[in-house]
Amino acid sequence: MSFYTELLICFLLVVGGVFLLIGSIGLARLPDVFTRLHGPTKATTLGITGVLLSSMIYQTINQGSFSVSEVLITLFLLITAPVAANMIAKATLHRENPSIPRTKGQSLLHNIRHRKAADAEQSD
Amino acid sequence: MRILPMPSHSLLLFSVWLFMNNSISPGHILLALFFAIGIPLLVNSMRDEHPKIRKPWLAFRYLLLVLKDILVANMQVALLVLGPVRKLQPAFVAIPLDVTSDVGITVLASTVSLTPGTVSVEISEDKQWLYVHALHLDNEQELIDEIKQRYERPIKEILGC
Repeated sequence: MSFYTELLICFLLVVGGVFLLIGSIGLARLPDVFTRLHGPTKATTLGITGVLLSSMIYQTINQGSFSVSEVLITLFLLITAPVAANMIAKATLHRENPSIPRTKGQSLLHNIRHRKAADAEQSD
Repeated sequence: MRILPMPSHSLLLFSVWLFMNNSISPGHILLALFFAIGIPLLVNSMRDEHPKIRKPWLAFRYLLLVLKDILVANMQVALLVLGPVRKLQPAFVAIPLDVTSDVGITVLASTVSLTPGTVSVEISEDKQWLYVHALHLDNEQELIDEIKQRYERPIKEILGC
């Protein structure tokens, strides 16, 4: 393996690792469930993609044949991450967990919970 | 009963199985054939009618745009997460929808979740509104316009509804 491919693999690993770390820091630092969702859905997805890309390059050079399974894993992650985030957000809504008080648009919450239109009257 | 009710799905299953195993040995080809023929036969009756992709080239460009935005989104979210948390201004925003098909709404909601600082939370029962949560909101109208112009318009064109 040449120096430059090693450099590329290391670079991707480090970038991926940094994004994974930032996603986890976000999970720990942010104040409520809704803001915490942002870390894992975005930063972590990209972090994993970086690690998988470097794995793909390493395996391709090591085995001599193109390794595609990492691309598939990335694709599955990109499809499932938003769905998981959406389910967590829905569960939070229906458990009526509070979002932090300075969140804008709190008046919408009632309509969101009942899946009504945004301009619908607020009655049960 | 047709042997291949969903030919494109069969092709996808066949190639995904071989790619996952990184092999073209006869055994794997046999297994891949088994899945490619068996799974569509099993799930065919559960299928809904979906609008087809009308403009494949535009769909490809949309995919590239979303990938680029995921990269940019991550930089922005990283800065927000590492910066002072007290200055964050989270918000719930209602976005009026123009796409009508279920597939279109699903793609739009997923895109919104993966790109700049927004996560889709819920869709109103009449499918007219998409509710999103923004990590940091400066201008509500700007966010709505951006999502509608940048993501919803191409989806509408690609699916033709």
